[in-house]
Amino acid sequence: MTIKKVVTISTLLCFVFLLSNFTEDNPYFKIGERDVTFQLPKGFPVPNYTFKNNKPTPAGFTLGRMLFYDPILSKDSTTSCASCHQRIAAFAHIDHPLSHGINGLIGKRNVPALQNLAWGQSFMWDGGVNNLEVQPLSPMTNPIEMNSDLGEVLKKLKHSDYYRTAFKEAYGDTLISSERMLKAITQFTGMMVSSNSRYDKFMRHEDTLSQFEFNGLIVFREKCAKCHREPLFTDESFKSSGLMPDTLLNDPGRELITGRYKDENTYKVPSLRNVAMTYPYMHDGRFRSLEQVLDHYAAGKFYTLNISPELLEARNLSDVEKKEIIAFLKTLTDKEFLYDRRFADPTYR
Amino acid sequence: MRQKLNIVQKTIMIFCIATASVVAMSFSPVGERRNIKLHIWNNVGGKEIIYDNATYKNSTGQDYTITNLKYYISNITLTDTSGKVFTNKDSYYLIRQDDPATMDIELADIPMGNYKSISFLIGVDSLHNCSGAQSGALDPVNAMFWTWNTGYIFFKLEGKSPVSTSPGGIFEYHIGGYKAPANCIRKVTLDLNGDTDQPNMVNVPTGKLPDGKQLKISSINLSADIAKIMDGKTVIDIAKLSSVTDFRNAPAIADNYQHMFSLSNLNYDY
Ligand code: HEC
Ligand code: HEC
Repeated sequence: MTIKKVVTISTLLCFVFLLSNFTEDNPYFKIGERDVTFQLPKGFPVPNYTFKNNKPTPAGFTLGRMLFYDPILSKDSTTSCASCHQRIAAFAHIDHPLSHGINGLIGKRNVPALQNLAWGQSFMWDGGVNNLEVQPLSPMTNPIEMNSDLGEVLKKLKHSDYYRTAFKEAYGDTLISSERMLKAITQFTGMMVSSNSRYDKFMRHEDTLSQFEFNGLIVFREKCAKCHREPLFTDESFKSSGLMPDTLLNDPGRELITGRYKDENTYKVPSLRNVAMTYPYMHDGRFRSLEQVLDHYAAGKFYTLNISPELLEARNLSDVEKKEIIAFLKTLTDKEFLYDRRFADPTYR
Repeated sequence: MRQKLNIVQKTIMIFCIATASVVAMSFSPVGERRNIKLHIWNNVGGKEIIYDNATYKNSTGQDYTITNLKYYISNITLTDTSGKVFTNKDSYYLIRQDDPATMDIELADIPMGNYKSISFLIGVDSLHNCSGAQSGALDPVNAMFWTWNTGYIFFKLEGKSPVSTSPGGIFEYHIGGYKAPANCIRKVTLDLNGDTDQPNMVNVPTGKLPDGKQLKISSINLSADIAKIMDGKTVIDIAKLSSVTDFRNAPAIADNYQHMFSLSNLNYDY
């Protein structure tokens, strides 16, 4: 073997080694103090969840991340939060109109993206959950999602050496309680902030939009932003988007929570951040593409139960305007968030 | 040397006495503050509750048995004759029929006063329905929590009845909800003068015994008549309504449980 060859091979090896250490899914990536500092993005309102009684720590966040990716939270240990909430889709579930849970059971609703949850005033399509900390209980105990009994989950965690250590590192002792488990998951989910899309950078004068995209922003502001309000692209209200209810699913929407007739067929206005990544669309995933969503608004053939005046203003889009809006919506894709290695699967080896 | 030691000893002694008296002063002002036990006796029209095997009858003659009974009481206060209110701190209690220990509640550190009434909520105040992950009585592991429509289940009564149309002849009343129009939090206020035999206050200037000693309440004993849930302002027909698991029909049952408590008697120390 010539010296040249040895050098080339060893350089190559070094390169491979370096690469393997720095790929975004590096399992050895350790969470540090800086990774758990919640920063208020410029131009964003004050968050609703302030981590006041749940100060994020590297160990707490690491525990929450592990719990999010661990199927131990489901009854038969097959389904984790990440089974439905996929990181590459801003934690929505690509290509599945309705969520899939344990035993292949199909849920009633489309999996929403998880982002900017700290600003959420309520959660789920119907707003039934009032605090991010208790949100995980809903999928965990839902018979068609993870179908667990909270007590059983805690028992499983208590039997695990990994979790006894992880809880101790996070909380100083090995007590494993629902409060600690939920707060750790919330350190992880609450930290998911998307604020570095091209749109954000444009607003901060760090990047530009093409004329076409910019036109889209202008039409969007006129027709859509009353409900999908900047910068979070939701006003947290419950509205009807004029969809005809699916007679098989029989989903009453917000009415399920309030019992009020005026809330029937209304759903939480979803954020449109990373929307190009989160297909299919709507609470029941009935639209496969943004084109279909825009066609729905533009056609204006709305199911009129409980629709609001803002919806009527969203009609009458020309074909060019539809394309411009879609081009604009694509500028809401936030690669920094999608590839943020803090949120990568730690169980991946 | 001996003298020096003595000085040291004296100093220590003085220090000890001083500490002891400070400690004594802070703990012993006899008659200043005391603890009162609140005891709850769950029953059905005066009959003991025995899971599965005891059969009860509601006012319309429907038979039923009980298989599960749990409920929250919270925010306990005592009000004295001048209107001053003693508030029991951190008072969230889950009363479980299967755990007698939960039926004794210790109200600690009550200042002496002429107390005329006790109040509490059946349920959990709205703030604590919105406070995220909590522990103790409010730990969701107690299975008194709705995960799909966040909030505590304030009251759970489950059982069986031959007239029920639910599978297995069961009935279940899970009552909760802190928001209008289905707010099921109910405030109960009971007059402590209800016990007429004896003077009734924690520290009653007029409540002296012939030998001059004062009577002080040591425990307040309440009866919770579970039958009232079905037979109150609204009479529940188990055949028609065997399952209440969300806000539908819940407020009517809450109006009924509001009146299930009564004062049985008071116990005193001399
Ligand atoms: C079986 C698929 C599935 C699993 C597993 C699952 N989710 Fe979800 N998640 C959903 C669906 C579907 C919704 C919307 C539900 C609805 O609106 O009724 C949702 C909603 C949410 C929301 C609310 C988002 C919003 O903006 O309102 C959060 C947060 C969330 N999930 C986190 C989690 C966590 C944490 C876990 C693990 C403990 C988890 N999910 C497990 C399917 C799933
Ligand atoms: C009246 C308020 C309102 C207006 C105006 C409005 N939307 Fe929506 N939008 C909603 C609601 C509510 C939903 C969820 C509806 C559902 O799932 O049933 C939604 C859903 C969407 C979705 C699907 C998101 C997802 O993750 O599934 C997209 C995309 C969307 N809207 C884009 C737009 C665009 C573009 C406009 C302007 C042309 C617009 N919306 C105007 C209320 C509104």
